[in-house]
Amino acid sequence: MCTYATITTELDGSAKGPGGSWFHVTHGTVYFDHPVHAMHDHTLNIDFAAPEHGPGARVAVELSAASARELVRAIEAALASAPAEISGLLV
Amino acid sequence: MSDSLCAETITIAGHGGDEIEAYIARPSQETKRGGVVVIHHLPGYDRATKEITRRFAELGYDAVCPNLYTREAPGAAPDDAAATARAQGGVPDERLVGDVGGAAEQLRSLPSSNGRVGVIGYCSGGRQSVLVACNLELEAAVDCYGAFVVGTPPEGFPLKVTNLVDQLPNLGCPLLGLFGNDDQHPSPEQVDELDRILTELGKPHEFHRYDDAGHAFFSVDRPSYRVAAANDGWERIQAFYTTNLGG
Repeated sequence: MCTYATITTELDGSAKGPGGSWFHVTHGTVYFDHPVHAMHDHTLNIDFAAPEHGPGARVAVELSAASARELVRAIEAALASAPAEISGLLV
Repeated sequence: MSDSLCAETITIAGHGGDEIEAYIARPSQETKRGGVVVIHHLPGYDRATKEITRRFAELGYDAVCPNLYTREAPGAAPDDAAATARAQGGVPDERLVGDVGGAAEQLRSLPSSNGRVGVIGYCSGGRQSVLVACNLELEAAVDCYGAFVVGTPPEGFPLKVTNLVDQLPNLGCPLLGLFGNDDQHPSPEQVDELDRILTELGKPHEFHRYDDAGHAFFSVDRPSYRVAAANDGWERIQAFYTTNLGG
């Protein structure tokens, strides 16, 4: 099915995108739906985007549900390993 | 019958008179024939959908696929356009009806037109095919596994999708429905419900349901492709359009 469910969030960082150029990422779109390229019926899809620079300013990732969960754990673990004085994050 | 055809990108008048991009495929023969509006799936106005549009020309119909994301992402790659449209909330129903109506008028204006126009949609376009058949004058509609024609979308859907139950009394043309029995959106129970509602309303419809097929079984470039269901489905579509559009 098309799940239609879409979660958007503001982001602040950079991504290496079309043409091998880095760009400033301002928005993320996260959804679980049909992939364009991955060989699964459904995937967890993330667009790291800069809408002000047009639809092409996007790095797209399509992950199996299990690997998306692993990514979440990996991100949380990496953030937790960083001292608060470096990350600027409270626990 | 010749299988020669011509396909190109054109501009048509969509909802509110907006100029939108569309892909048109037409048989080369000088014949009178019906037209088909192809509604692309949520992933966009992509290569596979254009192949479907050309196939309708090969079957003897003038076919137009409007780019429903023209406004959000003019000139963008189909996947980027789909991502942009999704991030902005998707295509509103009212605009969709206007865009498909513009495509239908484009088909009727062709010198080859016999005045009869059908519509077909896949996935999200399946629901939209039923939607336009309840709101526009058309001669035939095909719903390929559209979710939320009946049933209730989960709470908190950012895209404002509603079911079409209250619009079904306005369904103005025969409906062909093609569904996979392994699909959960629409589920076999929801297909049963739609079948029952249309029967109670006295709306002509013809449903075919396939074992060993889930959602998107027509998608030749995806793991969901099921050759047996897709081949039979194409034959059903051809017979349905021959009956209702001529050809």
